Amino acid sequence: MFKKRFINQLINSFFDLSPILAVVSIFQVLIIRQSIPDVSHFIIGILFVLVGLTLFIQGLELSLFPLGESMAYAFARKGSLFWLLAFAFCLGFSAAIAEPALIDLGAQAAELATRKAQIAQSIEAKNNYVLGFRIIVAISIGFAILIGVLRIIRGWPAYYPVFCAYICIALMTPFAPKDILAIAYDSGCIATSTLTVPLVTALGVGLATAIKGRNPMTDGFGLVVFASLTPIISVMLYGIVL
Amino acid sequence: MTDWFMQFLIRLSGTARDFLPIFVVLIGFQLFVIRKPLNNAGKTFAGFIYVLLGVAIFLEGLDMALFPIGKLMASQLTTPEFLGINTLDKTINWQTYTWVYVFAGSLGFAIALAEPSLLAIATKAEQISGGTIRAWGLRIAVGIGLGIGLALGTFRIVTGTELYFYIISGFTIATLQTLFTPKSILSIAFDSGSVTTTMVTVPLVTALGVGLAQAIPGRNPLSDGFGLLALASLYPIIAVLSYAQIAQWLNKRSLSSRP
Repeated sequence: MFKKRFINQLINSFFDLSPILAVVSIFQVLIIRQSIPDVSHFIIGILFVLVGLTLFIQGLELSLFPLGESMAYAFARKGSLFWLLAFAFCLGFSAAIAEPALIDLGAQAAELATRKAQIAQSIEAKNNYVLGFRIIVAISIGFAILIGVLRIIRGWPAYYPVFCAYICIALMTPFAPKDILAIAYDSGCIATSTLTVPLVTALGVGLATAIKGRNPMTDGFGLVVFASLTPIISVMLYGIVL
Repeated sequence: MTDWFMQFLIRLSGTARDFLPIFVVLIGFQLFVIRKPLNNAGKTFAGFIYVLLGVAIFLEGLDMALFPIGKLMASQLTTPEFLGINTLDKTINWQTYTWVYVFAGSLGFAIALAEPSLLAIATKAEQISGGTIRAWGLRIAVGIGLGIGLALGTFRIVTGTELYFYIISGFTIATLQTLFTPKSILSIAFDSGSVTTTMVTVPLVTALGVGLAQAIPGRNPLSDGFGLLALASLYPIIAVLSYAQIAQWLNKRSLSSRP
């Protein structure tokens, strides 16, 4: 039974990936008119992507989704608001702090800051800057998940925090240094990573199902979008203050 | 072969290190705060291993196939020979790069469909909504949004216009749409729009942006290459909100046409 599920999922993954193959081959053949160099390498790579995607989806359904939901139920039954909020914060923080793409972005931000002579020209100063950048982004993600969970418990509509964040960003943009702007905007989407999205979704949906009077469809979602907006605000602040 | 295997092991341990904090938080809270043993501990553990292996193999495949080809195509599309222009000619206008926008747009559409996180959230949304929202519909809407976002983003890099103009107008459109979108689908729409930018999109789009900023005269890769991602996570929200409005409208129509 397990084998059959794996093969089914593999076929699904192939359909999921087919648009990429179509775009690449159409452009190569019709517009650029050059053959793909190293075709065998390309095909092996695509097979890897297929198998990887299949395993990832299986793993999600086997462990992360059920675990996230069962933990949400357990917290709801336990009834301790403090621990639930602590869990929400830690989940967001831990997901963001180790994100490799965020580390790269922080290094680029440090590069910009040295060029403008905001920080000293030493490796130590740069590393400190990157560490500060990562911690600030991770804190704002943790904070966003915390607010999101609080929102589900209190039953506030999902779009309130999102709008507040939009307005904050729009108001702060004119005051933020111009070259940190693009990095700030990008930081938000980078830090909500591969594992955070399914886990946070499972947590939100689980909580909204477990708490009476909440609807998983309207209340359970909306955590991820807020978590991708708060880092923008905090990185802009980081740029203004430093 | 052994070389390759070592390289894969290094990647696997890197992925494990990235995921370690999350696993620690999950297990720590389960054992010390909830204080219940995991039900199905074996299954959960197997699932962790699957996720780890899956992500490592997936990234390996991306490095082998999609990233090189994406970068190669971006550079092929911006060579003077392909564009048929003279680099010394200062009167290059934005229309010269039309194929770049088309490429970025179709690439955006395609990568959205391959994004694992989007797949996860779309499946969840279909389950929760009881089929009102279709996973495929959501993913195609996100794909269209990502395509538009990337096409606009490359246009911005070519023309050198200000990023915040595109961001703030995107926010404004999304805010206005919220007023007209059925509240029941609103939060799903926001979430599935914003999950686009993870495993596949981030590296590929960053490479595209930096590559373009290098290839186009007068652009600085350090400052002009960024900002594509922000557009890549904003415009799908607008696209999915539109999809929600259309789905609602179709639903209503099919309900009222039924006797």
